[in-house]
Amino acid sequence: MKPAPFDYYAPTSVEEALATLQNLGYDGKVLAGGQSLIPAMNFRMARPAALVDLNKVKELFYIKPTDDGGLAIGTMTRDSLVEKDRLVAERFPIVPFVVKHIAHPQIRNRGTFGGAIAHADPAAQIPALSVALKARFLVRKQGGERWVNAEDFFMGPFMTVLAPEEMLAEVVLPPMAKGSGASYQQVSRQKGGYAQAAVISVVVVDENKRCKDARVVLFSVGETPILSQAASKILVGNVPTAEAIAEVAEKISKDEVDPGTDIHGTAEYRRHLVKVLVRRGLTEAFERAK
Amino acid sequence: MAQTVKINVTVNGRQYEREVEPRLLLSDFIRHDLGLTGTHVGCEHGLCGACTILMDGEAVRSCTIFAVQADGHEIQTVESLGTPEKLHPLQEAFIEKHALQCGFCTPGFLMTILDYLGDNPNPTEEEIREAIDGNFCRCTGYFNIIEAVKLAAEKMASH
Repeated sequence: MKPAPFDYYAPTSVEEALATLQNLGYDGKVLAGGQSLIPAMNFRMARPAALVDLNKVKELFYIKPTDDGGLAIGTMTRDSLVEKDRLVAERFPIVPFVVKHIAHPQIRNRGTFGGAIAHADPAAQIPALSVALKARFLVRKQGGERWVNAEDFFMGPFMTVLAPEEMLAEVVLPPMAKGSGASYQQVSRQKGGYAQAAVISVVVVDENKRCKDARVVLFSVGETPILSQAASKILVGNVPTAEAIAEVAEKISKDEVDPGTDIHGTAEYRRHLVKVLVRRGLTEAFERAK
Repeated sequence: MAQTVKINVTVNGRQYEREVEPRLLLSDFIRHDLGLTGTHVGCEHGLCGACTILMDGEAVRSCTIFAVQADGHEIQTVESLGTPEKLHPLQEAFIEKHALQCGFCTPGFLMTILDYLGDNPNPTEEEIREAIDGNFCRCTGYFNIIEAVKLAAEKMASH
């Protein structure tokens, strides 16, 4: 249970980190909080030739308000800070609630918001949260940058659109619309364990309680976070009734998720969980929407 | 010859300068290089919490941090708590409430709880359960540990 040897780089600025990644190409791997990567290296499931450790890049640790009422979060911001930050709680109450469900306190003290996104574990909360909140990601490389929408970022289990020389630098959360409500529902076998199924729901209603937007994102039941098409198709434009919510839950569990069977549960059981959790989640999100 | 890196680390108030291989885990550095064997190594992949230490005052798992990453940081291990003659109130509480049997997980629990009670000196039982949800104990069934945390909170408040 010891990692294989690797070359170690500890840049102190973003510029230096990007230059290092550019030089290393496919040999380089970014080390953020290390709460997934280092265990994988201990098992030797991961054997990167070189690590580019961002823990000394001070300029990547921040939570900043944006003028439009949203937030900009530096990629190295620790989960525990996001969990406890007052501004985050004020602008996005759903965020600390979801982050609290990530593993355990010791892991949240070290794990990072951006690291979880770049790692793209299909069972991880932050990737799904970023899709639900329409996050945008600032991706940088030496001499260039681009913006990627969260829903275009995840390609498969542990796979993203990031090229080897690129780095996720910042996560921008646009403001919650007026009339928003959000809910997080998960079932896991133990507190802090991976979810067998989970769903983040963010809805928006108008002054007549008609649904304007419904983003229902499932995870741990497919290869990436899954943004439901059925939810917005069935709900938008209508007052959400219990029947409509039940129809969405049914449709998602039947057609939109692709759970596997493992020691933690069968695919069939997970589909059942999805149905129940979507129903509970949408009900709660609409109750909270104002 | 593998690359080595010179690091400066403060552990329990004492400064150390050492050459380490980048792949050396902080848990192994603490135990093997510094000889501080109070920090225990259980699962070595961030599940069991036995190797929990404080880094700049925050509870973290030393098996999922490389020793090189501790360069310039302050580490606190269980050895910093008390001495057999003068135990820390948290250690006293563990003894009084019989919160350990084999003791393997205890250093990890103590460091986790030390950080937690610093932030939240008067926790509810539910909060205590959440605070220790990242530490495994295979002997006690946790009930006595929860009792010990309550007692430690009282003791530490009156100290």
